Amino acid sequence: MSTAKFGRFGTAHQTSWDWRAAANFIGGGTGSALLALTVLVSLPGAADGPLALIALAFIGAGLACVWMEIGRPWRAFNVLFHPQTSWMTREAYIAALIVVLFAASFVTGAAPASFAAGLAALLFLYAQARILRAARGIPAWREPAVVPLIIATGLVEGMSVLVLVQIVRGGATGWALALLFALVAGRGLAWTRYRSALLASDAPRSTRATLETMHRSLLFAGTAAPLVAAAIGVVAPGTVAVMGTVAALAALGAGWHAKFLLVVRAAQVQGYALGNKLRRGHPLAAR
Amino acid sequence: MTRYVMVADLNRCVGCQTCTAACKHTNATPPGVQWRKVLDIEMGEYPEVERLFMPVGCQHCSDPPCMEVCPSTATGRRDDGIVTIDYELCIGCSYCAVACPYQARYKVETPRFSYGDTPTDTEAIRFDPGRIGVAQKCTFCADRIDAGLARGLTPGLDPDATPACANACIANALTFGDLEDPDSNVSKLLGEKTWFRMHEELGTDPGFYYLWDEK
Repeated sequence: MSTAKFGRFGTAHQTSWDWRAAANFIGGGTGSALLALTVLVSLPGAADGPLALIALAFIGAGLACVWMEIGRPWRAFNVLFHPQTSWMTREAYIAALIVVLFAASFVTGAAPASFAAGLAALLFLYAQARILRAARGIPAWREPAVVPLIIATGLVEGMSVLVLVQIVRGGATGWALALLFALVAGRGLAWTRYRSALLASDAPRSTRATLETMHRSLLFAGTAAPLVAAAIGVVAPGTVAVMGTVAALAALGAGWHAKFLLVVRAAQVQGYALGNKLRRGHPLAAR
Repeated sequence: MTRYVMVADLNRCVGCQTCTAACKHTNATPPGVQWRKVLDIEMGEYPEVERLFMPVGCQHCSDPPCMEVCPSTATGRRDDGIVTIDYELCIGCSYCAVACPYQARYKVETPRFSYGDTPTDTEAIRFDPGRIGVAQKCTFCADRIDAGLARGLTPGLDPDATPACANACIANALTFGDLEDPDSNVSKLLGEKTWFRMHEELGTDPGFYYLWDEK
């Protein structure tokens, strides 16, 4: 082991969270954003039922994956014990709230319940972003810019699925592609901000290497391709179905790939270090 | 108030791993799990190379990230500063493991023994199924401290009230005691020598102090 005197050493890849955790961020992000956007495009009425069910299926699949990862699955309800500070607990409560509100909307057809479910879905997306942010042992996750990145990525994924479903139903519009265009551009900015912040930090070398893989994927497949395809679809309405499919698949695939890499590959642990602030005197003397 | 902390003198530590062995013996941790271990560090480029040994483990932070993120409240912090895990509450989500900046947490999914699938006699007696599938880490030998206190002993001074690693250290490099007591052994050491704490910039307020007289 060779290191600069005050540099970190002993960094290693975290093995605590694997593809199942990544699947929770992928499914949860896609589903929650899809639900929120479905509510948005259905206003002032209640959300489209089948689309909302697809959204719930994404969220449920993500949570099922993370349930398969925990060491004591039959104690899963203990996850609800710490809403005071744990974003994982909050995520679980919000997921339950989404189900209740959607059920109320589905049974009664009440638009306010649907609207509330959409807002709860956005909260769920935010909670997922904060889960990563709170992991202080992983430099790639604790970076504050990860929050807008996860939210922006989720919104793009949700919008991509919405566009694909609309295309299958034969109802895709230029407006939907325009919204996808805007969200993809927003994600590009969030990614640029996150990447710059992480490169300026003392993130481990392996994290930086993974960051470059993510950058290539998000830049070309995740941003440039969907922007061009969506723009063509908007200006040439006859191509909406084809260009929409290209834009949505590219944006969706790159987003899922980036999240997988972020959770599974970029997550190097903090490592150890000598403190660079040698002090003398009792630690409590300054009190 | 009491805050138990560990002081590790890097100028004294010889890297013998006796603390590691004492911890494993006391806490019956399986292969691959080291609540206390000593890093062997080489720094710099030849010929300007330095080597030192650094004991690490749970830092018993006063603002523990593991406790903040724990969704089940399995991770707690006692009034004396010791960070604990309730194995009956823990769901084994490992969120604490990714939140800990000190790589101090472990999760063992299936029973592990030193020689394959068959435990030795000692391992069979001391195997704790409650630790399977949940997070585990250094406890500062809290049960030993509590038992010692109940007998009127002083943690850090009396071996029967002191963590096994500090008891076992052959170089007197590990010292345990109450930071809030100005007359404690750890207070005296920290008052006399230069020290640092690891990753202080993360705001964890760790309870593990490293004495280092940089030469």
